[in-house]
Amino acid sequence: MSVLVYTENWEGKFKKLSYELSSFAYAIAKEMGSSVTALSIGHVADDELKSLGKYGVSKVLNVQDNRFESLDNKAVADAIAKAVASENAKVVILAHNNEGKAFAPRLSVKLNAGMVTGVIGLPVSVEPFVVKKKVFTQKAFARIQIKTDVKVLTFAQNSFDVVENPVDTAVEAFDPQIGDGEFTTKVLDTHKITGKILLSDAEIVVSGGRGMKGPENWGGLEEMGDLLGAGMACSRPVSDDGWRPKEEHVGQTGKIIAPNLYLAFGISGAIQHVAGVSSSKYIVAVNKDPEAPIFESADYGIVGDVFKVIPQLNEAIKEMKS
Amino acid sequence: MKILVLISNVPDTTTKIRFTGDNKAFDTSGVQWIINPWDELALTRALELKEAGGVEKITIANVGTNATEPTLRKALAVGADDAIRIDAEAKDAFFVASQLAQVAKDYDLILAGIESSDYNGAGVGGMLAAMLDIHSVSAVSGVSLENGELKVQRDIDGGNQSLSVPTPLLAVVQKGIAKDPRIPAMRGIMMARSKPLNVVPPADVEARTEFLGYELPEPKAACKMVDEDNAKELIRLLHEEAKVL
Amino acid sequence: MNFEFTEEQLMIQQAARDYAQRELIQDVLERDEKAEFPARHVKNLAELGFLGMMVPPEYDGGGMDTVSYVLAMEEIAKVDASMAVIMSVNNSLVCYGLTKYASEEQKQKYLKPLARGEVIGAFLLSEPEAGSDATHQYTSAEDKGDYYLLNGTKNWITNGNSASTYIVMAQTHPEKKSRGINAFIVEKNSPGITIGPHEDKMGMRSSDTHSIMFTDVKVPKENRIGEDGFGFKFAMMVLEAGRIGIASQALGIASGAFDRAVAYSKERKAFGTEIINHQSLAFKLSDMAVKIENARNLCLKAAWLKDHHQPITVASAMAKQYAADVAMEITTEAVQIHGGYGYVKEYHVERLMREAKLTQIYEGTSEIQKIIISRSLMK
Repeated sequence: MSVLVYTENWEGKFKKLSYELSSFAYAIAKEMGSSVTALSIGHVADDELKSLGKYGVSKVLNVQDNRFESLDNKAVADAIAKAVASENAKVVILAHNNEGKAFAPRLSVKLNAGMVTGVIGLPVSVEPFVVKKKVFTQKAFARIQIKTDVKVLTFAQNSFDVVENPVDTAVEAFDPQIGDGEFTTKVLDTHKITGKILLSDAEIVVSGGRGMKGPENWGGLEEMGDLLGAGMACSRPVSDDGWRPKEEHVGQTGKIIAPNLYLAFGISGAIQHVAGVSSSKYIVAVNKDPEAPIFESADYGIVGDVFKVIPQLNEAIKEMKS
Repeated sequence: MKILVLISNVPDTTTKIRFTGDNKAFDTSGVQWIINPWDELALTRALELKEAGGVEKITIANVGTNATEPTLRKALAVGADDAIRIDAEAKDAFFVASQLAQVAKDYDLILAGIESSDYNGAGVGGMLAAMLDIHSVSAVSGVSLENGELKVQRDIDGGNQSLSVPTPLLAVVQKGIAKDPRIPAMRGIMMARSKPLNVVPPADVEARTEFLGYELPEPKAACKMVDEDNAKELIRLLHEEAKVL
Repeated sequence: MNFEFTEEQLMIQQAARDYAQRELIQDVLERDEKAEFPARHVKNLAELGFLGMMVPPEYDGGGMDTVSYVLAMEEIAKVDASMAVIMSVNNSLVCYGLTKYASEEQKQKYLKPLARGEVIGAFLLSEPEAGSDATHQYTSAEDKGDYYLLNGTKNWITNGNSASTYIVMAQTHPEKKSRGINAFIVEKNSPGITIGPHEDKMGMRSSDTHSIMFTDVKVPKENRIGEDGFGFKFAMMVLEAGRIGIASQALGIASGAFDRAVAYSKERKAFGTEIINHQSLAFKLSDMAVKIENARNLCLKAAWLKDHHQPITVASAMAKQYAADVAMEITTEAVQIHGGYGYVKEYHVERLMREAKLTQIYEGTSEIQKIIISRSLMK
């Protein structure tokens, strides 16, 4: 009996998400009195695989098979199911991202397992097995009991701390024995997106208003956008005056967006503007007017001169990244 | 080619979310119901494919009580050819997928929205594909027919891919699959009157999960102010406290 | 009695709402400022069937009832009263008049493209010397045997330049007074028609209003609607039904402003709380809500009567007078509730207030409606 975690890699490397997932799996395993096995598919060096041990993974099943590169939903789900069977895992954890959402539902059917996606934080209890997730598109939380013997979870990023729990880690080669006929997805072409980030897809949005004083002053914001991989936005007067392209206008009459983080510089926060961004997870406002309505909607704020604040922020972001 | 589009009936996205007395159930009083936005995009793309030729029929399927029929009629009014409603209250993704598996067997392409905007389950599409033992592709942002062959675009981390996948295929679709959803025209609304909406009895299936209760988030805390001369502190807070950087 | 809408009526309401909130809202302020005709929206709404909603399907219309029309008009007018009046003139004056009174040949030739919204129509009754009192028409239509010769000027013509098909009222037999008036279908590109300059209006600026001059315009005999001398009765019957359209437009202007006032009151804070929590404001909103509901009920009642082929003279006059007055009152209050914000264009309510004013004036002033209503009391 164990907890199995599917740790995807990005060109042979794990990301913070992988360690967060491992820490989460470890915490559950501890409550259940079991241990964590990770399943890795792809070419990941042994050292990198062993790094999972720092976060409580005691065994890594290592699948090195180029055929899985096409991320064939059926083949990968079947491979994970084989690993679950060989480990007799009772809880299977995937990330709540493109891959996790693709594989987990298929896997749950294969395993006769109940599934909850987008789980946040530790289970409320493991006996009965009750977890929490956000529902109604961020507007509420639900407690959900999984009633089956085997449970499949996808875990919402950034809802559990990365915790070090060093254990000895054994890396074992694993062959899930998936026949060639199972791989039907053929990749014709892969595009990595470089350059501009679409506003509607952006996790972070950097936005400027009239307080930026003119189009020539956008350099600092664009730098911030590049540093954060953010989309660029602006308030209505800014686009009306042609300082920025119309597509960047967010607000009631412009685009309505809901990024994780919305950074508003020199935007007073008229109701029309706020209506377009109020679903953002976090709103940060920088404005020289302490009475600006934007501060009522903001989570974090600085009253001050945008031209003094922006360079400081960019510097701090660079430090954080290094 | 025959296309099946899975339709979920959800509260309008502007609905103020409330729960009944003991927070055990969603309060549906005064709620406006709509086609789940991702399902609506899926349907829009199906209609575009049909207009481009090569699609003989678009069927929509839903698991729900007769209260979902206005939503299904709207889908018929924008251009679906017929509808199937499996007469049961949706319990969880497994339950819904099991019901749909009864009626989803004879289609070349099944389109499912990536999640519903109410329970955000993201499970039904993949589960149904597994139950039918057909191929599936998730995070699909484009589907096209080229000489009768399906070409699919999907999002991957930091990019996208184009794929060829054999039929029958279940595509779990998201933003990008189609532009704006359609508004039904008078003609469509009139024609929807006479399009078949078949009601099917539910299969005897147990849900595997149970919603025990709900909570609403805490009211918004006051804005946390950072000093102008110490702006770097803001980045630390965003990184360590809010965890959004 | 049944106050429940059908599934279809609700679907039409939602379709209109979706279009208004998704599309019209995007450029309504800009079009108001530039007094620009919403050509793109007219085309889109025509494709959706909103330009010929109540025309039977055999003439390429939507085949919907008047209740649906009221619901749709309210939703469109909430956002864009100019688009609403374009719709209203095409639907409830031009298409309705032709559906009800035109010959089969006229329907085939003129009604079908109007119902499809491929072209739009205008209704030419008002004259420089004859507004509210339409019994005197100075525009003349001289009977020349196989054609009529039109001379005169029409004023305040909505869709004046954008329309392709005119319905023109003109005097053929002055001695018979109103019984000598005829109604004609006139193609805008007929020789002898001059279109006056675009009126620079206070509101509804995105709909084009013109005066139209006729100089020896030949109109084929087969383009006369109904029997010789039917024109005045035709105009009155059509206007009576048309009032439901304008009443619903006024209702939409009122409820659009009201929605904004409520939303603003829930967000704007004063004296430590959202202003809706101040009783003086809450009571004001409550009074506004009652008036809007009354206006809506009057509109729907008139529509229901029309759908059930019952007399609508008084009902449509009541709906039009009340809804127009309510629109003026509610939009004025909505501006007041918004304070300084209400007086700037970005917040829409000042525009709705400018637009409300016209609903008290055109297609029969509020005073004319009172004449109609009071006449029914004198009987």
